[in-house]
Amino acid sequence: MSIKIISEKCVGCQICVKVCPFGAISMVNKKAVIDLDKCTLCSACVDACKFSAIVLERTFSKTQNIEQYKGVWVFGEQKKGIVQPVVYELLGKGRELAKKLHTQLSCVLLGHNIKGQAQELIYRGADNVYLIDAPEVANFLDEPYTKIVVNLIRKYRPEIILCGATTIGRALISRVAVKLHTGLTADCTGLDIEEKEKILLQTRPAFGGNIMATIVTRNHRPQMATVRHKVMKENERDKTRQGKIIEEHFDNSFYTSRTKILDIVEEVSSTINITEADIIVSGGRGMRGPENFPILEELAKTLGGAVGSSRAAVDSGWMPYSHQVGQTGKTVCPKIYIACGISGQIQHLVGMQSSKIIIAINQDSSAPIFNVATYGIVGDLFQVVPLLTKGFKEKLKR
Amino acid sequence: MNIIVCIKQVPETTQVQIDPKTNTLIREGVTSIINPFDMYAIEEGIRLKEKFGGKTTVITMGPPQAECALREAMSLGCDEGILLSDRAFAGSDTLATSYTLAMAIKKIKEFDMIICGKQASDGDTAQVGPGISAHLDLPQLTYVRKIEEIKDGQIVAERMTEEGFEIIKMPLPCLITVVKEINEPRLPSLKGMMRSKNAKINTWKAIDLEMEEDRIGLKGSPTQVIKIFTPPARPKGQIFDGSPDEAVEKLLDVLKDLTI
Repeated sequence: MSIKIISEKCVGCQICVKVCPFGAISMVNKKAVIDLDKCTLCSACVDACKFSAIVLERTFSKTQNIEQYKGVWVFGEQKKGIVQPVVYELLGKGRELAKKLHTQLSCVLLGHNIKGQAQELIYRGADNVYLIDAPEVANFLDEPYTKIVVNLIRKYRPEIILCGATTIGRALISRVAVKLHTGLTADCTGLDIEEKEKILLQTRPAFGGNIMATIVTRNHRPQMATVRHKVMKENERDKTRQGKIIEEHFDNSFYTSRTKILDIVEEVSSTINITEADIIVSGGRGMRGPENFPILEELAKTLGGAVGSSRAAVDSGWMPYSHQVGQTGKTVCPKIYIACGISGQIQHLVGMQSSKIIIAINQDSSAPIFNVATYGIVGDLFQVVPLLTKGFKEKLKR
Repeated sequence: MNIIVCIKQVPETTQVQIDPKTNTLIREGVTSIINPFDMYAIEEGIRLKEKFGGKTTVITMGPPQAECALREAMSLGCDEGILLSDRAFAGSDTLATSYTLAMAIKKIKEFDMIICGKQASDGDTAQVGPGISAHLDLPQLTYVRKIEEIKDGQIVAERMTEEGFEIIKMPLPCLITVVKEINEPRLPSLKGMMRSKNAKINTWKAIDLEMEEDRIGLKGSPTQVIKIFTPPARPKGQIFDGSPDEAVEKLLDVLKDLTI
């Protein structure tokens, strides 16, 4: 590998000087010059140069200096200044991985006025928090977030990066992996360290959960994985934990974004967001019409859960799409999933079959939903659901 | 307005099984379809062309038989089909796939928007769309549920989030990935089917694209599958019968130790 500057092409704009995480580039006679003792061949300048004046002859089949990559990182997704629960779950898993590797666990947090949240991340298991506190990154924007995260990874070289498989996480981390030219495994349900090689074993479902695959990124760093909410277990909050908050500063070129947020609208109707819910009461075609959904809402409210729906009920216009569970909707993994009047087409099952307890209520005893149900009641949901609500109310004294 | 739609051919069912002898997927006898999410991408690509003029090109990477997927897209109204098919592409993970598609799009050169489905139903990664925009350094918007307007080289669109949606503005050219809510795909017309049957499909190989050899196929894929297995089946459940009252009582009884 070698890097060089083609001086005929260099216009002296100094962009490369600013983006270099190692301060390895300086200007000599209005041309960029790279100090090869400081340069790590991270290629940040190559990507940034608008004039193709920097050439890096690289091999893509392996990350250089692989042994220098150390540490486990978690992307600290926040919305409106609140760290999302999936981050705490990843810190729980990250702690375990870091222990096996005898290394540190760090978290990257971008936002505005969020120092208090950085401390919380330490209580939840982080040894270090890299904090970028600026108004420009108050809300997620694909480009500045990518540029900053990529820069930090090039600077600190973690061996593993974990990120929530959320709307934000999936958009961000796929872009980051491409910029770093490394492997990314989506929606892992199992993460472990291989004893001998000390590499990350990433296990994930494919084909709607009918097949499991274990995937490794052997020759590239960092090894990157996303994990869905509620798959990993979070650590207890420990207020005695100590850690470092490292504030990182960037110049304006990192904050520029071609995408602009015009508005953020919250529209989760009734109860709570289904991907966050511990209990989901879901209705399908057997509900017969939107006027009957209040009985599910009543049960969900009693249990502190959310209302979900099958595709059939959404397509009939009974429920908004944001409540749809299944292949073309959301994948959920609550503690209890109560399927009411849902036959259990495979497209629905792939979205909920990893729920811990599945309760099916259906009139048709041969409905496929009973094949995945932990408990089932064959009967009329219009009788069963209200009785269940009443029973839980008495039991829970609500 | 010129649109490029990226699609993937996937097995029709997710009920794929593992051959216990070879430990590989049994793909024989499984029919292939266009990834369900890509149907919304195709529909949106056609609608934009109908509204603003221009053409819609559909592109896929896969084995020779992926040509059927392109013909189906053309029967719906896409103007051109490009198949990226080469033994050298085999074994691509999402990084190599997004690189290959990006290099093909570079060759097409003139486009205002790239549209992808939010994810494919077989791999479920949602990585290839953002990967393409990263390779091409384009602005991107994932999980688009509605395009509000396209005017003066700018698009305003809604991105679906966990809590609702965001309204985002960005310049063209750009890449979007779409969710089901964005439209209702049409059925092919008879005329479209006739036309697509004889339409010319361009097949590009690695040699036709300006690409670095060690970035495609298995060699260009950092991730490696080391094991596949069938997940343990859910244990057989318990069905409660009797009158609704009795059944509910039994259910509440087994749940009584649960903390809610």
